[in-house]
Amino acid sequence: MALTLMKGSEAIAEAAVRAGARYFFGYPITPQTEIPEYMAARLPEVGGCFLQSESELAAINMVYGAAGVGERAITSSSSPGISLKQEGISMCAGARVPFVMLNVMRGGPGLGSIQASQGDYNQGVKGGGNGDYHLITYAPTSIQEAVDIMFFAYDKAERYRVPVLFLADGIIAQMMEPIEMPEMIDYKVDPEKKPWAATGWEPGDDPEKRAQITSLFINTEELSAHTDELQATYSEIKKNEVMYDTYQIDDADIIITAFGTVARVAKSAIDELRAEGIKAGLFRPITVWPFPDEALAAAARKAKAVLDIEVNEGQMLEDVKLAVDDKRMVDFFGHCGSLMPSLEEIKAKVYQMKEKM
Amino acid sequence: MAAVFEKTNLLTDKQFHYCPGCNHGIIHRLIAEVIEEMRMGKKVIGVAPVGCSAFAYEYFNCDMFLAAHGRAPATATGIKRARPDSLVFTYQGDGDLASIGTAEIVHAAHRGEKISTIFVNNAVYGMTGGQMAPTTLLGQITTTSPKGRDASVSGTPLKVCELLAAVPDTYYVERCALNTNANILKAKKAIRKAFEYQMEGKGFCMVEILSACPTNWGMSPVESMKWIEEKMIPYYPLGVYKDKGAEQ
Repeated sequence: MALTLMKGSEAIAEAAVRAGARYFFGYPITPQTEIPEYMAARLPEVGGCFLQSESELAAINMVYGAAGVGERAITSSSSPGISLKQEGISMCAGARVPFVMLNVMRGGPGLGSIQASQGDYNQGVKGGGNGDYHLITYAPTSIQEAVDIMFFAYDKAERYRVPVLFLADGIIAQMMEPIEMPEMIDYKVDPEKKPWAATGWEPGDDPEKRAQITSLFINTEELSAHTDELQATYSEIKKNEVMYDTYQIDDADIIITAFGTVARVAKSAIDELRAEGIKAGLFRPITVWPFPDEALAAAARKAKAVLDIEVNEGQMLEDVKLAVDDKRMVDFFGHCGSLMPSLEEIKAKVYQMKEKM
Repeated sequence: MAAVFEKTNLLTDKQFHYCPGCNHGIIHRLIAEVIEEMRMGKKVIGVAPVGCSAFAYEYFNCDMFLAAHGRAPATATGIKRARPDSLVFTYQGDGDLASIGTAEIVHAAHRGEKISTIFVNNAVYGMTGGQMAPTTLLGQITTTSPKGRDASVSGTPLKVCELLAAVPDTYYVERCALNTNANILKAKKAIRKAFEYQMEGKGFCMVEILSACPTNWGMSPVESMKWIEEKMIPYYPLGVYKDKGAEQ
């Protein structure tokens, strides 16, 4: 298959269209505005609908409507916009309405900056909205990986009836890479596969099949049964859907943990460190929820220390520490405010740790 | 013996939780009767709000969503864009539509969304126990305006029909009441007109219905009807505020 040089935001948007997404609702915000721009031109070509909403709040509630009738809907935004969407994300998680969304992270808190950041890890992974829920959260390191994940993201969302979040950063959206784009699939709503969706009902039909899409369970026993069911689903996801990637960890003394684009800088640092005689390796979660804690624990048992690198002040660090046993040194290096840790900084940190090992 | 009147099949048999004298029951029945009379088959999707009528999704006998507070017009937009052939309606109270959901209702109207909104204005937050709404009358005592609504603190009551009639792509806006049998029939006709315009592919339609809340007004059902007549209707005049269909 031919490779095409594509900008990240456009490649991801095209992948969503080819995966069956036909309804995009969103609001412009840097650095992801190319996604709605692409969708505005592309969706009408395939019989879909692009709608620029009055706000991110409205956009996520439009997604709730379109996904609730069984269609593949999508929204994208960047950090402050994702904060606004939390109400609707929690609603969809509670009402078990599956869809896919993208957070092209920028600096924070507040309006922060428009440069790439990873400051929304906690918001995405620990839940930004109210209540006990999780999102399957993917953190792609390259445009190709984002495209590949997008291609099965709707299947996962629909299989478990949970929203799926792409925790990407501004670099993924803004850079260009050669991409192998999958072929378009033909998605059609199948009421048998989505019996919960509002796919048409009239008096006389089976009352059990009437759609009542809601996250409200005023009776506490009913809510408890509902949240138990959600937790059982999350356990299934943890069992089946963990994804991670490793690089040179088999004989590594120091394992670097990193997600998203900064893992690429870490990989380059590892190559240089290896050339200088230091056995370093990379452990990169692809799903940050479910977090690959067992795999990381097993990898860390063979190493002496773990260094977590992030473009924030150490949010995934908590999950890394929970996974790695307390006999190993766990250290952190990162920047907030959209400054990508450099190869030199990562190497310097490793040398500093080496002295204490 | 022949039945002369039957409950519409567009309402489920679930018992309403509404208080005695509350008008939600009448409004539910009018909407359901109109849908049944229009023979919409499987093509009906309703959106319930947050507020007293949140449980409308248990009462209307069609596919139903419960929206987040104020967001019913956005949810209905997503539904209608994906299912343009369906009859899509939102059912919203005054806290939901005129306070937290003003952006969503104004922009659904602004885009000319082909949805119909039934706006129930009872001048108070019902479900949370009688707090001041944007539509609470001046001087009206509520739990959050204990000395009566004061314009210098909380502004003057919002007139939603008048507001939405000014939005270019609103197609039809009418305000009704249920204080007399004649007005109940007028309300039903207004709902029918809004739904028919929608199915003809016209723009956004809204029917506002002045509604009694005896529990939170601290009145008997009879006193409440009188209060609608003497206090609400003079401030919120009934009638058609916009009807592009009639203008043509």
